[in-house]
Amino acid sequence: MSWIPVCYEYDGTLEGFLTCVFESFAHHEEPVCFQTPHEDACTLWDTRSVNTDRRKAVRVFRSMDARLGRGASRLVYRAFLTCLEEKEVHIYRFLQYGYQRERGVMEELGHPLVSVLQKAVQHLEREAHLYTGFARFSDHRGILVGEIEPKNRVLPLIRSHFTQRYHRECFLLWDRTHQEALLYQPGQWVIVPMEELRLSAAAEEELHWRALWRRFFHTVAIEERRNPRCQNTQLPKRYRNRMTEFCRDGEGMEALPGS
Amino acid sequence: MNVMDKLTILTDAAKYDAACTSSGLERRGKRGRMGSTTMAGFCHSFSADGRCVTLLKVLMSNACAYDCQYCVNRRSNDVPRATFSPPELAELTIQFYRRNYIEGLFLSSAVIGSPDITTERMIQVLRLLRETYGFWGYIHAKAIPGADPMLTRQLGLLADRLSVNIELPSQHSLALLAPEKKKAGILAPMAQIRDGIAGSKEELARYRHAPRFAPAGQSTQMIIGATPESDRHILTLSQALYDKYQLKRVFYSAYIPVSDSKLLPAPRQFQPPLLREHRLYQADWLLRYYHFRAEELLDEDRPNFDERVDPKCSWALRHMEQFPVEVSRAEYEALLRVPGIGVRSARRILTARRAAPLSFDILKRLGVVLKRAQYFITCGGKMLPGLRVKEDQVLGHLAALERPALFAAVPEQLSLFDGEVGG
Ligand code: SF4
Repeated sequence: MSWIPVCYEYDGTLEGFLTCVFESFAHHEEPVCFQTPHEDACTLWDTRSVNTDRRKAVRVFRSMDARLGRGASRLVYRAFLTCLEEKEVHIYRFLQYGYQRERGVMEELGHPLVSVLQKAVQHLEREAHLYTGFARFSDHRGILVGEIEPKNRVLPLIRSHFTQRYHRECFLLWDRTHQEALLYQPGQWVIVPMEELRLSAAAEEELHWRALWRRFFHTVAIEERRNPRCQNTQLPKRYRNRMTEFCRDGEGMEALPGS
Repeated sequence: MNVMDKLTILTDAAKYDAACTSSGLERRGKRGRMGSTTMAGFCHSFSADGRCVTLLKVLMSNACAYDCQYCVNRRSNDVPRATFSPPELAELTIQFYRRNYIEGLFLSSAVIGSPDITTERMIQVLRLLRETYGFWGYIHAKAIPGADPMLTRQLGLLADRLSVNIELPSQHSLALLAPEKKKAGILAPMAQIRDGIAGSKEELARYRHAPRFAPAGQSTQMIIGATPESDRHILTLSQALYDKYQLKRVFYSAYIPVSDSKLLPAPRQFQPPLLREHRLYQADWLLRYYHFRAEELLDEDRPNFDERVDPKCSWALRHMEQFPVEVSRAEYEALLRVPGIGVRSARRILTARRAAPLSFDILKRLGVVLKRAQYFITCGGKMLPGLRVKEDQVLGHLAALERPALFAAVPEQLSLFDGEVGG
C-alpha cells in the first residue's frame, strides 16, 4: 500500500524534524518536501504543519540508535547540520531505507542514499576542521570575540575544541551565516541565536598584536618558493575576509569584530 | 630594538626550517591552563609560498657563533642581528595563541656564545610559558648539538616535540660545509632523545604522573640539493633514521641559495629543487604508511625519482606483473599499493564489499578516484569499461595527469587534510 505524499512544515530544528519522521510513520505519509516558516510554500502537495514534540523526537532518536546503530544516528545528526539541499528529504529517505536494512546500512557506503549523506557530512567536517584553524579572535575588554561565515553549521562540531583550548577564557564565536553564536565562560557554554554582533573600536593593544601577526605572516613566506595557486587551494579566498592577516584595520568595518 | 623589528629579523632567520607541524599529541584543556593540543594538529594559515602556518616559528637569536656555509645566520654573513628576551617571546606566543593565530611555539636558535648558554636561554622561555603562563599548547624545541645532556633533558621535559637537524644528507657534506658540527655531535642528542622518550613512556605506564619527555616525539630535517647526494642515498638515510631513532618525521627542505660560498651551488640562476623535495615527501609517506622500503623504490640503476610521475606510480609501472589487482578480493596491503588508492579508500573498499558486490559506479560513490587507479585494477574481473590503453602508453597517461598539478605542487602538509593518517 503506498503512502500519501505530503509536505511538512516544521520549525527547522532537529527535534522538529524527528517529530516529522514520527508523524510520517504513524500516519503513513511520505514527506516529499519540508518547509520551515521562513521559506516560500510549495504548493504541489498537501501541506501539514507539524508541532515539535520532544517525546516523539526522542523516541525516533532512540529507535534509530537501537535499530540502525550509533554510526547511523550520528550520520543523521551531522547531516542535519549540513548545507545539503533538501537535506530533510535525503535524511528521511536514508531512514526509510535504513529501517529495512537495519545495522547493515552503514556498511553500504556505495549506496546512493548513504553516500549522498556521507559526502555532505564530509564537507561539513572538513569545513569545521578548517575553521578550528582559520577562525580569528580579538581581545575585547578581556573577552575573546570571533566571527565566521561557514556554509554548514559548524559551531556544534568545533565547540568542544574551542572550549578546551580557551579553558580559562571567556569567548564568543559568532556564525554570521546561520546567525547563531557559541558563548563560553569557564565551566559553561551555550549555542544561542544571534542576529547581529556590534562592537566598539578595537583597543590600541589589540591593534598592536594584529600588526605583529601580519608582519610575522608576511615575513615567514619564502620569496623563492612563491606559490599563490597552492595558497589558494589550501586557503580558499572565501575564508580570508575574516582573517586578520588578510585584512587591514580601519578598512571594511565588517571584516574584523571591533575594528 | 623594538619587538616588531626583532620579530621581523628572527622570523626571517627561521623561515627556512621546514619542520613546522603541530601534530602527534592529544592533550585536552585543563582547569587554570591555557590551551590544548590535538593529534592531527592543524594549519592556522597558508603563507604566499603555500606552506602551512601552524606555530610561531622564530629563532631565539640569530647572532651565531658558528659559520655553517648553507645558513643565512652564519657568522660571516652580513645581516642584522637580534635576540629576543625570554619575557618578550613568551608574551608574543601567548597573545598570538589567544587570538587563534597559532597552535604554539616552534623555538630554535642560533648558537649564542655556546650550546649550553643557548639551551639555558631557551629553557627560560619555555619555563615562563609553562609555569608562569600555564601554557598548555604545543611547543616544538630544537635541541642544540653539543649542549650538556642534562640541559637537553630539561628542554625535553618542557617541550612536546624535540628535533635535532641532520642538516645535510652525508657526513662528507657536513664536514665540508658545517665544520663546527659533527655527525656524532648530531646523532648523540638524537639517541639521547630517543632513549628519553622510551624511558618516559615506561615510567608513565607505571605512574600516571611521571614527567613527560617530548611526548609528541622527535623529528629532523635535511637540506636537499645543496650537495650531490642521490634520492636513493637520502631515502635510505631517512629509513635508517626511522628504524634506528624512531623519528616521527623527517623533513626535507629544498636548498634556497642564501650564500655565495664556493662550496655551494652559485646563487644566480639556481632553482630550488621543489619538485624533487615533493617527490621525497611522497616517498617518505610511502615508507611510513604504505609498508614500502626504500630499496623497493630506488636502486643503483635508478638512484633518482622520476620527475614525471609520483613514486608509487613509478614503482607500479615497473611491477606490472603484480597488476591488475582485483578490488573485490585483494588484501588490504595489495590495495594500498595501487596508485591512486590511499589508506582511506582502501578501508572503505573493505567495508563496502562486505555489504554488497562492488562495481565501478560504487567505487566512484565511495570516493575512490579512478584517474590513476583505473590502469591497475579490475572490478568483478573487468577493467573499467571503455578504457583502452596499451601497457606502454600508461606512463604517458599518468604523466599527463600530473603535469598541471606539478607546479602547484602541494606541500606535504596537505596530507593531514586528506583524512589519511595524520603525520
Ligand atoms: S649553527 Fe645553526 S644558525 Fe648557526 S650557522 Fe650553523 S645552521 Fe646556522
